[in-house]
Amino acid sequence: MRQGMAWYVCKRLLQGVVTVWFIATATFFAMHNVPGDPLLNDRAMTPAIRANLEARYGLDQPLFNQYLIYLGNLAQGDFGISFTQENRQVNDIIREHFPVSATLGILAVLFAAAGGVLWGALTALYRNRMPDYVIMFLVILGISVPSFVVAALSQLGLVTLNTLVGRSLLPVAGWGSVFHMLTPALVLGLSTMAYLTRLMRSSMLEIIDSDFVRTAKSKGVPPALIFSRHQLRNAILPVVTVLGPQIAVITTGGFVVELVFAIPGLGRFFVEAVQQLDYTVIMGTTVFYGAFLVFMVIVVDLLYGFIDPRVRLQ
Amino acid sequence: MNAQPSRTNFSALRQLALYALYVVFGLAAVVWLLGLAANSTGSAVTGGAIDAENDAITIALRTEPPQLDYGRATDSSSLTVLFHTMEGLLTYDDEMALIPGVAERWEIREDGATFWLREDARWSNGEPVTAHDFVFAWRRVQDPATASAYAFIMYPVKNAEAINRGDLPRETLGVRAVGDRILEVEFEQPTPYFDKLVAFVTFYPINEAFFESTGGRFGADADMLLYNGPYLMTEWVHSASMRWERNPGYWGDHKGFIDTINVGYITQDVNARLNLFKDGQIADTQLVPQMLGEAMERRWQIDRSMDGTVFFLQLNFRDGHVTANKNFRKALLLAQDPVEFVYKALKEPSYMPAVSLFPYWIRGAEDYFRQEHPPIPHEYNVAKAREHLELARQELGLEEFPPIHLLADDSPLGSISAEYFQAVYARNLGLEMRIDKQIFKQRLAKMDAGEFDIVVSGWGPDYDDALTFGDLFSSWNLNNRGRYSSPEMDALIRIAQSELDPVRRMEAFARIQDLVREDVVIVPMYERGWSFVVDPRLKGFKRRAVGPEVDYTYARIDEQAAD
Repeated sequence: MRQGMAWYVCKRLLQGVVTVWFIATATFFAMHNVPGDPLLNDRAMTPAIRANLEARYGLDQPLFNQYLIYLGNLAQGDFGISFTQENRQVNDIIREHFPVSATLGILAVLFAAAGGVLWGALTALYRNRMPDYVIMFLVILGISVPSFVVAALSQLGLVTLNTLVGRSLLPVAGWGSVFHMLTPALVLGLSTMAYLTRLMRSSMLEIIDSDFVRTAKSKGVPPALIFSRHQLRNAILPVVTVLGPQIAVITTGGFVVELVFAIPGLGRFFVEAVQQLDYTVIMGTTVFYGAFLVFMVIVVDLLYGFIDPRVRLQ
Repeated sequence: MNAQPSRTNFSALRQLALYALYVVFGLAAVVWLLGLAANSTGSAVTGGAIDAENDAITIALRTEPPQLDYGRATDSSSLTVLFHTMEGLLTYDDEMALIPGVAERWEIREDGATFWLREDARWSNGEPVTAHDFVFAWRRVQDPATASAYAFIMYPVKNAEAINRGDLPRETLGVRAVGDRILEVEFEQPTPYFDKLVAFVTFYPINEAFFESTGGRFGADADMLLYNGPYLMTEWVHSASMRWERNPGYWGDHKGFIDTINVGYITQDVNARLNLFKDGQIADTQLVPQMLGEAMERRWQIDRSMDGTVFFLQLNFRDGHVTANKNFRKALLLAQDPVEFVYKALKEPSYMPAVSLFPYWIRGAEDYFRQEHPPIPHEYNVAKAREHLELARQELGLEEFPPIHLLADDSPLGSISAEYFQAVYARNLGLEMRIDKQIFKQRLAKMDAGEFDIVVSGWGPDYDDALTFGDLFSSWNLNNRGRYSSPEMDALIRIAQSELDPVRRMEAFARIQDLVREDVVIVPMYERGWSFVVDPRLKGFKRRAVGPEVDYTYARIDEQAAD
């Protein structure tokens, strides 16, 4: 059993490496096929200046050589120098800015998970009555209103609030303290929270009708105990299932929130690099996020085995 | 199946409330822990927009400065930071006139220039700024290994271009130090505007010993630079914040009045910056047209300034493009009205309808260039435009015109412009325009390849001289992406480059201005500007058309001015 587990982990990790290699290769060639290149600028360059820059970045090599060099560097964990942040290693950019995105992401996921479970349980208790309708209406809003609208509105709300109170209750934007995180994390986690609420509600309702709940009821188990032991605990499983991928999605998808709240996260680099055709940063962030996502999926798969004994890892 | 849907299960609800309480406490603990972690990756700004007690202000920048290695910097965000923390031979005063910087006096001759450096210019490590620092920095810019995109701006210096091509060693550059305090420059050809060039960041000095000590990370962090300007950058958290503190070792007392300038926020989101301003967190912010209504309701004082850039439709002169036909181009020029475009389509009060290649703020021999040499006023005349279009049709031997390829950026402004001209030319000339929207770099790639008939583009100044616009359409200028070529234009530009008599030089520019119009090299659209609002307690803040975008070096706090 133990050995099987180790073998499974090895296999999954190997698959992960292949996946990441595939992502890197596809991105590399797709990126180089886009018209234009990172050296292009408003100011046209003399051939001499252009040649100097190409030599500096290794763009004077044939494309396939560039690819091999890139893979070689990648194997050593070196993502190269950014084209737009010209003095910075892509490794430094990821190291400095990913923790910010991750902090924000973790908080957002916690908000989302806690909120989703609680609201979902509440709607199930109040099924087809006013609280249920109100919350489910908000859930629809939360899922369908895009985050840039929510972000802008909540920021405006903060300004109004601070003006009413007459002092800065919560910061409008920026990064550096607990208070800076609260609003952006809530905004970032909002759609996930809405999604989880719906998921939690339906899985709660499914379980109310299941045999073991009915049995417990007929045995005279107190309702509070049925609710917490049987209903809530079982209903939470599907939520945990989607949580893993959601962590990756939230952590990588904070671009808009980072922009609106002036947060120095990696999401901004990810999007701006594409606009600027910053080859090294595009590659670095894509490969990094790709690896992160693959890793999270593996972790979640492993966790299933612990949470639900019915799942066998093979 | 639920038998009693209407009865609330209060015991379960109580249980849920208890869980909710746990969650709140749990989250609070997590938030507190994360807060400790976040302190190292950001900088919590305190004190708000204006902190009179500590003589500090807080501002926001639009983008992280990508390149503070000034030998290689090209963008306005980096230029803004460098303008506050560095100083070249010459610099600008608050009215945009050239004033002495590290050089206390200078002389420009036909074959070269001499700069006499002041004794009290110091680096932030206490060492004097010497002529050797300039020689080292300039040679480095031309060194091919440096790969400076702006190396061309120094090409008037003897041998610069050959060194940059790798044909000559860097020691042959026409600049040398005579002792510590005299800098001798030799020209490749006469360069009467050289004084304006040296105010640009590419010409800033570098302390060689310090440069070697940075191990290739020059300009990468706050401690990877030596400063000689009115401010020192004492903290730089990438993409988050910066702190500029008044440089006690700066030689002059004519700039750098506020003790501390906090760059508290870096975001491109103009609405976020407006919200920060409303919340009293930053001292100034840009206003876009949608914000002007609210700004007026709040009775803010709305300021305006030009950002220096002129926007125009650039036309393709390559064979096989209808825009190579002069009558066709005349029709395009006559059939549109920049006044209507700016005030009805863009609705930007800070923008000015463009009438010339040269923006209005360019200086002439004595006065503004366009005061001395007014451009021919624009004529909006649809009937005449149609006549020219008919002539073009006959000359080209066409039954009807093919769809015109209109290339533009995918930015909001690029889209509005392209759609406006599509509608105008359809209405007035019956032409079909096919809009080709591209992201910035791809638009440039297509412009370089000549894949357009008309392209929505703009040109901003590098230095404060008419030549920064005037040489754009020489046959050898790589930015002349429509490949306009005329011997008369080339001859005029050669005069403009080297004529030492300012009056005759400006006459050459005046003729260039007219020729651009006669040949319809471009269809001028607008001169871009800024609308902005400044905290009333902050005085002396400037937005600039050349060099840095914003300038706080002449700003002061005036507490009495509140409300």
